[in-house]
Amino acid sequence: MSENGYSKNEIMIAASARMLAGERNCFVGVGLPNIVCNLAQRTSAPDLQLVYESGVFGARPARLPLSIGDPTLVSGSTAVTSMFELFAFYLQAGLIDAAFLGGAQIDRFGNLNTTVIGDYASPKVRLPGSGGACEIAIHARKVLVIMRQAQRSFVEKLHFRTSPGHSGDPEHDRSRGWFGSGPTSVVTDLGTYGFDDASGEMTLLTLHPGVTLEQVRENMGWGPKLSAELGETRPPTDDELRLIREELDPQGVYTS
Amino acid sequence: MSKLATMRDAVAELVRDGDTVAIEGFTHLICFAAGHEIIRQRRRDLTLARMTPDVIYDQMIGAGVAKKLIFSWLGNPGVGHLHSVRRRVERQDPAPLELEEYSHFGMVCRYAAGAANLPFFPIRSYFESDIPSANPNIVPIRSPYDGTEVYAVPPLRPDVTIVHAQRATEDGDAQIWGLLGCQKEAAFAAERVIVVCEEVVPEEVVRRDPNRTVIPGIVVDAVVQEPFGCHPSYAQGYYDRDNAFYLEWEDISKDPEVLDSWLDEWVYDLESHAEYVEKMGADRWEGLKPGERLSGQVNYGDYS
Repeated sequence: MSENGYSKNEIMIAASARMLAGERNCFVGVGLPNIVCNLAQRTSAPDLQLVYESGVFGARPARLPLSIGDPTLVSGSTAVTSMFELFAFYLQAGLIDAAFLGGAQIDRFGNLNTTVIGDYASPKVRLPGSGGACEIAIHARKVLVIMRQAQRSFVEKLHFRTSPGHSGDPEHDRSRGWFGSGPTSVVTDLGTYGFDDASGEMTLLTLHPGVTLEQVRENMGWGPKLSAELGETRPPTDDELRLIREELDPQGVYTS
Repeated sequence: MSKLATMRDAVAELVRDGDTVAIEGFTHLICFAAGHEIIRQRRRDLTLARMTPDVIYDQMIGAGVAKKLIFSWLGNPGVGHLHSVRRRVERQDPAPLELEEYSHFGMVCRYAAGAANLPFFPIRSYFESDIPSANPNIVPIRSPYDGTEVYAVPPLRPDVTIVHAQRATEDGDAQIWGLLGCQKEAAFAAERVIVVCEEVVPEEVVRRDPNRTVIPGIVVDAVVQEPFGCHPSYAQGYYDRDNAFYLEWEDISKDPEVLDSWLDEWVYDLESHAEYVEKMGADRWEGLKPGERLSGQVNYGDYS
């Protein structure tokens, strides 16, 4: 908890939920993204449909799910599909407006590594791998990344590119013909980032209250590009904090 | 024709050393009871296929049944890592484990190709990813119609697929509700199929609601009734996911000695899943019992 009365996770959740304003069909992950989507549904995106890669559309979870396959996602949803249908007819066909990804490593163009630390054939750490992340990065129109910022995770060079981001050549990115183009926003414990139209590079848009540029630089493996209108992240409102603490995560599992 | 069998007999007859085995079910309906019986019967050199290896394959790999793993997401969902698998991959401890990895969509389509008797399945994924460089089975191809580039994945045809269902007839017509995962594709793709169920029901029950049948008896070789057979996974409407167990698994699988003693206590020293259910105790099952939320009914119509 900061002196301003909210935790790092709470400002990450509030900032992310505002980025979903007006969105409709959203691929949800567990943990923070689940709380973000449920908060957005109650605030910035009342029409948000929660979609889970486990094959659920229009979920209304009655409790905080530990996994994306929790039975509470099924009960009361509008559709349960096979995973083939979910990936082929919903995601690949371009029906997913927004999605969340994370990773052990991200680079300045939003490429993500969830596969290995070290060499692929003899890894230092074997991570989970793609799951649906590779195709989500390609097909979801907007991709939000929520990650804590550190030198070891915001790296100049990924050990493995699991999910593609921007290439660094926007003309090439447009010619790919994908519905998406990898991450569109990154929210960390220090600030929020977008991706520059001209270069496809991650660009610092806002610093969270009390965070310095120096802290940002110390916690990433490259010199960050700064927005010409670099601003401050709006802190969570009383209403957002009440929803998070009283309704979405009353036990403080993900937010304290 | 009745295909009813005990888990012991079904595994003894249908799961052989060296087989490719798929115990499918995405978070939901993962048949731990079958995995435990395979461990008990000390099968060896299996190739295990699953989209999400989950705790069940961590247990089986920790017990030494497998030489290879085919998968798309390797973790303990919502918790963290699968340490038996990581020891094998990172330190070859106690032996190396061959990996063959895809994305979720790639794995689903491998089963779909296997089920539909196709030589490959084309998907729009893997572009500008390093996954194809780690797995030469994922190959870029062009559409013969407009030249569009897609990636091909090969069919996956398990020797044995094991799926759990809420209910089935003794002929193997299996009805599932809740998350469907790739149960249907994995069953149709396999050479042999074991259906495990919470309840064996008369054919009339299935005939009253044929839309709910996911796997038809025609592809099923054995039907095993095993109540609570998915624990700590779950069966929608029957028992909840035992999230506490998934959290506890982190400390069990981290230490090989603790893992071995867990396997002794909960697998090797028990004769059957019924003993596991009894040993777990009535309180555990009571705590996992969901409330009631009934579906409505539809009118199929009587056309006699």
